[in-house]
Amino acid sequence: MPWYLQFILFLVILTGLAVPLGEYMARIFDSKKIRRLEAPAYRLFGIDPTKEMTWKTYALNLVLINVIGLVFVFALQRFQQFLPLNPQKMGPVRWDTALNTAVSFVTNTNWQAYGGESTMSYLTQMLGLAVQNFLSAAVGIAAAIAFIRAFARQSVTEIGNFWVDLTRTIIYILLPLCIIFSLFLVSQGVIQNFHPYVHATTVQGQEQVIAMGPIASQEAIKELGTNGGGFLNANSAHPYENPTPVTDYLEIIGLLVISVALPFTFGIMMKNRKQGWVIFFAMLLLYLIGFSVVAWSELHGNPLLAKLGVEQGLNMEGKEVRFGQLASIVFAQSTTVTSCGAVNCMHDSLMPLSGMILIFNMAIGEVIFGGTGTGLISMIVYAIITMFLVGLMIGRTPEIFGKKLEPFEMIMAMIVILSSSVVQLVLSAVAVSHGFGLSSLNNAGPHGLSEILYAFVSAAGNNGSAFAGLNANTVFYNLGTAFAMLVGRFTVIIPALAIAGTLVTKKMVPKSVQFPTDGSLFVVMLVSMVIIVGALTFFPVLALGPLLEHLFIYAGKVF
Amino acid sequence: MIKSIKQSLIVFAFFTLLLGIVYPLFITGIAQVTMPYKANGSLIVKDGKTVGSALLGQNFDKPEYFHSRLSAVNYDGTNSGASNLGPSSAKLMQQVGDSIKQIRKEDNFPVGDMPPDMVSSSASGLDPHISRANALIQLKRVAKVRNIPETEVGKLIEDNTDKDFIGIWGHRGVNVLKLNLALDSYKKS
Repeated sequence: MPWYLQFILFLVILTGLAVPLGEYMARIFDSKKIRRLEAPAYRLFGIDPTKEMTWKTYALNLVLINVIGLVFVFALQRFQQFLPLNPQKMGPVRWDTALNTAVSFVTNTNWQAYGGESTMSYLTQMLGLAVQNFLSAAVGIAAAIAFIRAFARQSVTEIGNFWVDLTRTIIYILLPLCIIFSLFLVSQGVIQNFHPYVHATTVQGQEQVIAMGPIASQEAIKELGTNGGGFLNANSAHPYENPTPVTDYLEIIGLLVISVALPFTFGIMMKNRKQGWVIFFAMLLLYLIGFSVVAWSELHGNPLLAKLGVEQGLNMEGKEVRFGQLASIVFAQSTTVTSCGAVNCMHDSLMPLSGMILIFNMAIGEVIFGGTGTGLISMIVYAIITMFLVGLMIGRTPEIFGKKLEPFEMIMAMIVILSSSVVQLVLSAVAVSHGFGLSSLNNAGPHGLSEILYAFVSAAGNNGSAFAGLNANTVFYNLGTAFAMLVGRFTVIIPALAIAGTLVTKKMVPKSVQFPTDGSLFVVMLVSMVIIVGALTFFPVLALGPLLEHLFIYAGKVF
Repeated sequence: MIKSIKQSLIVFAFFTLLLGIVYPLFITGIAQVTMPYKANGSLIVKDGKTVGSALLGQNFDKPEYFHSRLSAVNYDGTNSGASNLGPSSAKLMQQVGDSIKQIRKEDNFPVGDMPPDMVSSSASGLDPHISRANALIQLKRVAKVRNIPETEVGKLIEDNTDKDFIGIWGHRGVNVLKLNLALDSYKKS
């Protein structure tokens, strides 16, 4: 099948799955009825599921469970040598790496300064990291649902019950999907066992030690929760995580599907399905623009390689044969627009313009579908800013989806949009101007700048993929990226909940006087806003990194 | 506040047990009972000894074997990874140039474009496949060293090429380990 038909088929299947999933999620979260499956959990937690929370209580509980997770995952890594399910006798993880990893998995970033198969015990992986994969995804979705309620309700102060939203996300959405997905992965060759590493004697008589582990169960949530932290160092490029073209396809769909479904959930919950489709189309348009550039740049090949005699100069460095060019491109684009960060090819070795788009995807705050929950939140925050500007231009009080926007909401929206960018750029600047930042580089010249920029953009965007040549397992990068991850996560979720908290108290403006936000004009405005804000913030540094590298390659210069 | 902390701890403990213990054990149980070969790594055992995994690449550099792709980690199954060299890297261009020279000599392939996978290192360092174009260039060498007709080697390549899933998804990579094992048993027969 030609590649463009494959790609169209992919979009059709993805949307075909996301629309019903979006409906299903809306039904789950709108339901007043407490079902038999969840009721015992609430009794155990000692909570009244019918009692809803103000935004402050909601945010407090959200932060609390994250703090507990942080301490637990840190401790688990530090003491894994005393604990069971450690057949390889992995020692304690270094303090700065352990701290970085704990922050990374709690914030849904899954940045990895370590190599899984050489650092973590099976127990640490499943009891620490995989659990956070579920919880961080569920926290994001819960926050998004609470945020949606700000537009679905009026004149109340409650935005939902955090424990109920969290529990429902896990037991009705994530866990069932993961059970099906992980078993399918095993059927294709993803491993699931607790054996010690296998010692093989190869056909040529050398020793090859092969890592084992309970991978499939963790792989499923890694994609569905847009986590992206691989069990093994090579992540989804490793045949044990992603053995066939089919698993690859499903992993791409898996890492997108919940984030693609949420705009539909949004439309249904606020009783304007068209609004959901409009947000979806804005995201899709941005996705396709980026995809075109990445596809052009990879399929065009590298002129330096062409000169050496490589067929069409095509770049297979850091790519796997079973995926080829197209599946690698789609995976790279998808994993950076969502905050997944799993990789099936090494982004460091992609062509410069591809790398530029991947950085841009993360730098604009993961709004093109984005992380589970946080993507929708950030996109609506962009919509808030868009409507604010529209209000200014036509000279009336700005409102969005029927809710009036006032200074408090605008301040919170600016915090969401700007704080990550500030951290990304300032930390990159610190790294490129000091020895402790530069000594980690794997590549010289403008590509080196891209490596450093990618690290902090990925961390603060809560993505977690990397230009993996950079040695990020140093105290500076571990602490720097940990800080960026915390900022990137909580300066999105908490201000968003604050916005929800004030909007939910407001009365709905009558539909007849609302500015229409469910048409193509709004799509164009929203998409332009995202591109303009991203370009204004990041153009200078992108010009010095990937753009410059692109020009050097065409001038025949290497570093 | 105290009450919230207590509740958070209970919720955290509950989900840690459910998602960190019950869920992976449940999946392991089903996988081990219904698909033990796959769940345990698709290991290939020959004469009672494990020679590798059908899913993982391993080092082949002798002339009588089809060579795997280059590996930045020397096929280390406990430390997967890539070169991570960028597209403007002088080191990468040096490596590609060197392997092109070597292949031109080894495989007597003086002119013509190199298949990209043949001169680049993989993402995992454990790529089990090579492209068909790559295999076809190596065919002559292997057939000559082993003294097997080229058509027969061509058939073995065909047999060990992955098929597309329901005719749609696939890249028809040639599985190097399976192909080389097939060659070894062909020799005996």
